[in-house]
Amino acid sequence: MAETFPLPSTQRAAEAPILELAGVTAGYGATVVLEDIGVALPAGSALAVLGRNGTGKTTLMRTIVGQADLHRGHVRFDGLDMASEPCWRRTRLGVGYVPQDRDIFPSLTVLENMTVGARPGRWDTDRLFGLFPPLANRRRHFGNQLSGGEQQMLAIARALALQPRLLLLDEPFEGLAPALVETLLRVFAELRRSGLSIVLAEQHARLALGMTDEAIALVRGRIALEAASHALLDAPGRLDDVLTVQQTVTTPKLQE
Amino acid sequence: MISTRALDGLVLAALAAFPMVAPGYLDLGTRMAILALCALSLDLLVGYCGLVTLGHAAFFGVGAYAAGIFAVRAWAEPLAGLVVGGLAAALLGLVAGSVLLRSRRLTLIMLSLATVLVVQEAANRAAWLTGGADGLQGIVMGPVAGAFPFDLSGRVSYTYAALVLAVSFLVFCAVIDSTFGRSLVGIRENEGRMHAIGAPVDVRLRAAFVISAALAGVAGALQAQVAEFVALNAVGVEFSGEILIMLILGGAGRRYGALVGAPLYVFMQDYLAREDPTYWHLWLGLMLLAIVFLAPGGLTAWTSGLARRMRRAHA
Repeated sequence: MAETFPLPSTQRAAEAPILELAGVTAGYGATVVLEDIGVALPAGSALAVLGRNGTGKTTLMRTIVGQADLHRGHVRFDGLDMASEPCWRRTRLGVGYVPQDRDIFPSLTVLENMTVGARPGRWDTDRLFGLFPPLANRRRHFGNQLSGGEQQMLAIARALALQPRLLLLDEPFEGLAPALVETLLRVFAELRRSGLSIVLAEQHARLALGMTDEAIALVRGRIALEAASHALLDAPGRLDDVLTVQQTVTTPKLQE
Repeated sequence: MISTRALDGLVLAALAAFPMVAPGYLDLGTRMAILALCALSLDLLVGYCGLVTLGHAAFFGVGAYAAGIFAVRAWAEPLAGLVVGGLAAALLGLVAGSVLLRSRRLTLIMLSLATVLVVQEAANRAAWLTGGADGLQGIVMGPVAGAFPFDLSGRVSYTYAALVLAVSFLVFCAVIDSTFGRSLVGIRENEGRMHAIGAPVDVRLRAAFVISAALAGVAGALQAQVAEFVALNAVGVEFSGEILIMLILGGAGRRYGALVGAPLYVFMQDYLAREDPTYWHLWLGLMLLAIVFLAPGGLTAWTSGLARRMRRAHA
């Protein structure tokens, strides 16, 4: 991606990936969800993670942030092996995670939700309210008094307040009204302009491909397809094979 | 709407006004203040962190014994004793927290129960130091800050306890109003999410444990100094339960819950024991049941709900 933003750690080669997964097998306890995942995300670029329900998109996010069990392989963030770092350390190192169910703290106010983990930096309260004006009007409301769309905005704002260099967004558009999707798309574009690296898990392929540089599609916890986003947009048929006809592709592996 | 600042001021005013309103009940007021402080310290764990424990008397008791022994063997000045009691309890809080916080929920309750029993048995066995089952005797307190000797009317005792409670309440407010305090609420509501926004949950909870233990220790020290005696049941399981009841009565996780619950409990206990010395426990139990049924979130939750409904009716 041409738009790179001067980051403190870009002394090394420009192509050094900010996030690198190599041979990652991960899951929960003994359960294996992801198998042999390899991803390299250049700093400042955005990756779409496509796939239907239950293909491991969320587990991939949780593996990166440290809330799933890494069985094999490496997760490197900015060149640093994250395997032994607890979740909160990874967050402080610069991995922001917006979970699918938003997880807003119900008895903290909007402002408190934003500041409770905040660290000083580019994304201060004013800038975040500027990014999400509806939140500014509701800053004294409690987390459980917000609509779904407001909760989603707050979840993103709360993650940005940590000053991340990599943002993981897990199906942020799910269940939102079209107008809100528009708002989030604008925000997304602004985040990209700021140089933030993004991993976006999404079921709606067209939406996600239009916003990202690279895409992977997961089928049963493995990468079934890997391509440039625009190439997939131009040839939607390639994706259909993976996202809809997967039964025929994977049936033989059921006994594994 | 009444602001938090105004209500805080009201609390301090009520503490100051008590001797004028009920001059004959200063001993009772002192007891209310001490137990309110103890319930307040427990609220940090139960209400804010969401950690239910039945071990709080361990901190109160250790604070009481430390202050008592300090007065007997070293220095009879009360303020220094408070510091000693608070520090001793904080130390126990640090140790107990490191062990207890490896568990949650039912396991945590059981372990906290075990903590009280261990501390109580230790106090019982170390009779040469603590007086054992006879209690710690021979405490003769010096004047507070070298200027105000405890008197028979209980005026100095009350003023002393009320001032310590007031200062502790301000400390408590500073803690819960800080980002640290908000992060405790976040941990209560979603520990995993708090991790994922960069909070070292274990460290935060341990810090809360130490602060809570220190405040309980100060309450225990007050008790030892005012009574000039420490009974073995200051570290009892029964007392742990009583503190929890006082807190739940007033409302856990609410700024004024402990300050309402503890005095009310003490008042009901005193009133019922006088009216019906035989069956007062029964009446106390029935009243507690009634309050829990009618005001499930505690009395302060009920009053703020009432205030909200009245505002809506006016609007």
